[in-house]
Amino acid sequence: MASLVLAEHDNTHLSDATAKTVTAAAAVSMPVHILVAGANCGAVAEAAAKLAGVEKVLVADDALYAHMVAETMETLLLSVADKYDAVLAPATTNGKNILPRVAAKLDVPQISEILKVVSADTFERPIYAGNAIQTVQAPAGKKVITVRTTAFKAAAEGGSAAIEKIAAGNDPGTAKFAGEALSKSERPELTSARIVVSGGRGLGSAENFKLIEKVADRLHAAVGASRAAVDAGYVPNDYQVGQTGKVVAPDLYLAVGISGAIQHLAGMKDSKIIAAINKDEEAPIFQVADFGLVADLFQALPEMDQELAKRGR
Amino acid sequence: MKVLVPVKRVIDYNVKVRVKADQTGVDLANVKMSMNPFDEIAVEEAVRLKEKGKATEIVAISIGPLQASETIRTALAMGADRGILVKTDGDVEPLAVAKILKAIVDAEQPGLVITGKQAIDDDSNQTGQMLAALLGWGQGTFAHKLDLESGSAKIEREIDGGLQTVEVKLPAVMTTDLRLNEPRYASLPNIMKAKKKPIEEKSPADYGVDVTPRLKVLKVAEPAKRGGGVKVKTVAELLDKLSEAGAI
Repeated sequence: MASLVLAEHDNTHLSDATAKTVTAAAAVSMPVHILVAGANCGAVAEAAAKLAGVEKVLVADDALYAHMVAETMETLLLSVADKYDAVLAPATTNGKNILPRVAAKLDVPQISEILKVVSADTFERPIYAGNAIQTVQAPAGKKVITVRTTAFKAAAEGGSAAIEKIAAGNDPGTAKFAGEALSKSERPELTSARIVVSGGRGLGSAENFKLIEKVADRLHAAVGASRAAVDAGYVPNDYQVGQTGKVVAPDLYLAVGISGAIQHLAGMKDSKIIAAINKDEEAPIFQVADFGLVADLFQALPEMDQELAKRGR
Repeated sequence: MKVLVPVKRVIDYNVKVRVKADQTGVDLANVKMSMNPFDEIAVEEAVRLKEKGKATEIVAISIGPLQASETIRTALAMGADRGILVKTDGDVEPLAVAKILKAIVDAEQPGLVITGKQAIDDDSNQTGQMLAALLGWGQGTFAHKLDLESGSAKIEREIDGGLQTVEVKLPAVMTTDLRLNEPRYASLPNIMKAKKKPIEEKSPADYGVDVTPRLKVLKVAEPAKRGGGVKVKTVAELLDKLSEAGAI
């Protein structure tokens, strides 16, 4: 049969999380189809069709799917699930919101946040905030899987899949979109940025977070934060890196004023290079950092800003 | 309106878990257990609804070993009215939990089910959504803020790009995120009072649910260790090292 990947997008751009999920899907069952559900999402479908290894793109273009409300997405996914032996989505807030509904209705267990496809029915996934890795074997039958995208390489471009329109499912009418407040930023997106500069409670205030932003902008980096900084109200919730926030794996993760709680490490320890600035030399972050600087961040950050300027950044 | 709050007994979030040498799981012997932190937030939200006169009764449910009754007691001490313990041995997967909860919902007819978005042991993040699907209800997952209106609820959710609000018809399922509220500590008088609150003991068979795991756990291993690196003395040296490593 085949596997179906639920596309992550904003009706205009296809998220890189989709290409990574395609890689996981190809290891589970070939060929790979992508489902794009959205409103006026033609450009997304075209981008999905260009991913290498994708045979077909299903498009449900309807106002009903403008915000991928889980209750309507459940009906849509169930209407096509018959033809697939695996349904996958990236473990984004969308994927996590929608897929368990589908698994429950199919009466199959969901396998959450896989890190590795060991074989077509066996997967590795993190438990206890990544402090242990579980290898699980799924029973025969349909598989419903969310994918930790930092663990998979993105499928390359170069495909030319057929695009097939499918009808919208019915609206169960139990829930509807009622508004959103999205963070606007010119910076790269946190989960796909090459460099991430994160701040913690050590910053002390929302105002001081500008020190992080200045350095981040010099490096064309995304800005992240520890849970402590988000809880303290320095930055919005979508900045949070950690087990219950975003999981990132950039080429460089610079942690500033972050002690390195297990919860935070779970969200960034797969970064290629980790650098840390903290005034407490005993801070656990130094145990995972490739380069550690014991310093007061209020001196180190302005100095880094100047030094980067000097180096033409 | 009655509110159901499913709570799970898990290894305390401050405990560093150890993988068993035979790789069959993590060591639970003599380890401090507590209520899943997200479920504490769920109990707190339910108690606040009751204090505002919007909830009439709070039923705390736990599915687990006999000791899970302690977790229910914690919920009762925070302000829940009564408990239901569904006694099981061994791990119960989210789908089976959702099926048991559905049967309890059918019997109890609550207006709202509030539970944590995920348990910090298996990190599945499935149960609330599965329950909502099995019931054919709407859901507000990863809740940041709840506004109850008559017949519906506006739930602000923490999503990847920021915040999103959904309007769900009641009855509905809500799962909690970290910033929904700050759970209270139970006071000593309330802990004493909780001892007298009733806990009903049930089994999965009472609800006709087979809790045999469907997923086979082949192995539980330690994650790859990341070695510590070097300390540098100055910002300039740090940038030099990062340049050398090709990171900037």
